[in-house]
Amino acid sequence: MSTHAAALDIPIAGTKADRRPGMGRLTAVELRKMVDTRAGFWLQFAVVTLTVAVVVVVGIVGHAQDHTLRQMLSAALAPASILLPIVGILLVSSEWSQRTAPITFVLVPNRARVLAAKVAASVVLSLVAFVFCLAVAAIATAITAPGVEHTWSLPAGLLGQSLLSLATGMIGGVAFGAALLSSAPAIVLSFALPIALGALGSIPALEGAARWLDGGRSLTPLTEHLMSSTEWARAGTTLALWMVLPLVIGLWRILRNEVA
Amino acid sequence: MIEAQSLTKRFGTTTVVDDVSFRCEPGTVTGFLGPNGAGKTTTMRMLCGLSRPDAGHAAVLGGPYRELPNPGRRVGILLDASAQHAGRRGREALAVSAQMMGVDARRVQSLLDLVGLDRAAARKRVRQYSLGMRQRLGIAHALLGEPEVLILDEPANGLDPPGMRWMREVLRDFADRGGTVLLSSHLLHEVDAVADQIVIIGHGRIAAHGSRADLLAGAGTLVRAGNEAALVAALDAAGLASRSDGDGGLIVTAEPEDVGRVALDGGVALSHLSPSGAAGLEQLFFDLTSGDSR
Repeated sequence: MSTHAAALDIPIAGTKADRRPGMGRLTAVELRKMVDTRAGFWLQFAVVTLTVAVVVVVGIVGHAQDHTLRQMLSAALAPASILLPIVGILLVSSEWSQRTAPITFVLVPNRARVLAAKVAASVVLSLVAFVFCLAVAAIATAITAPGVEHTWSLPAGLLGQSLLSLATGMIGGVAFGAALLSSAPAIVLSFALPIALGALGSIPALEGAARWLDGGRSLTPLTEHLMSSTEWARAGTTLALWMVLPLVIGLWRILRNEVA
Repeated sequence: MIEAQSLTKRFGTTTVVDDVSFRCEPGTVTGFLGPNGAGKTTTMRMLCGLSRPDAGHAAVLGGPYRELPNPGRRVGILLDASAQHAGRRGREALAVSAQMMGVDARRVQSLLDLVGLDRAAARKRVRQYSLGMRQRLGIAHALLGEPEVLILDEPANGLDPPGMRWMREVLRDFADRGGTVLLSSHLLHEVDAVADQIVIIGHGRIAAHGSRADLLAGAGTLVRAGNEAALVAALDAAGLASRSDGDGGLIVTAEPEDVGRVALDGGVALSHLSPSGAAGLEQLFFDLTSGDSR
């Protein structure tokens, strides 16, 4: 520790750089927070290695018709679509469990901007992950060269739907993290809820509702085929319930919460 | 400049901060003193916009803290040194905040040097930090944005004596160059050595408030006599309240001249008579804050 306070050279009472940090900078900070902790780093590491591993396994054991770009991409996206929602949850909930929320909100008192930056960062990370998965799938398709019909055929609309599926999944994670402000319950719930909904949906009386509200039914077409307008309506309804609503609840809680 | 005006905060039916008002001027160090649970932290959290007052208002640099465009560049805050992400490296904890407030990343290293966290320490994850190291990291964090106001909650907690002395020098220097400092403590001597102004809080209420000299002046007289019983009797007869200072002397709530006169009238020979000074301040602090403890 320095013995001389003179080593502290702080100009005082200059109004410097007193401009509000822009959304771009806040988004970059949130992306940084996703990877600069131990948990964050290993989650990202897991996404990368599992994606490669899954594609390699499919490439080795699958049949030729599993080796089209479309099938490879579907396999490659599986790890990210499971793990990115957890990254999203932790991005919000860890601010509470690790008690960094006071630091964040002291630096950026407008809490809604912080949550918006977290959502924006989730979109960016989803896009990066998607491009990575697409590249891995393309490389695997080129190597396995299945030689079947439609090897490289992949409608642009389906690409968009797959990206949407990945991004909404991660934003859903942010929403759950914000609504619960606690890591473990949010993660458990994000895994248990789809199972519970699936079980409820198997009750005949509830099947009609499940088509609209159970992501296991309404969101799977996103990655499977170009969706009809009814399917879009169902997916939209599900996202309103399981992504938008928790996000609104989370925003409300974050704005009104005493931050300790 | 920091201004608290009738700040009041209730949690349920308990009023934890009750009508607290004080001002901290540029160029001064204000010590915010009170036992644990007195309401210091809650008051500070209201000052920096983390907690909403139920009544009254707080201003930092002339307005509500939350209206500062980039508050990290004007106000340095350390609220809870243990509140850092355990899985983040010390250097990274500073670097993230530097990026957020738009401070040159090179400043991170100079602050690590300043607070004495060497390269090995800066590379460690915060979970491996001792309380003293977290405290140093927190002080570095507070100074990161080159602020003109510092709000520090128990910054000396966990620091070793050389660390405490170093921190006092840093704060004194910061204030002497025109900065405003508010630091809280539950230990009088931590604050007494550095503060120009002292605010004492107990049970959520301001118990005493003023310059160190004012508080010392009002802290009474320290008096000793060979025949203590006779002295107590004389003081009682004159209607002056006295109590033991725990070291063979009495602290009397009166000016030395009056005490001397009472002793003369009572025919008691004194062996010591002086303003009570820091001992009296200690007593004052103790009385004001724990005297009415529940």
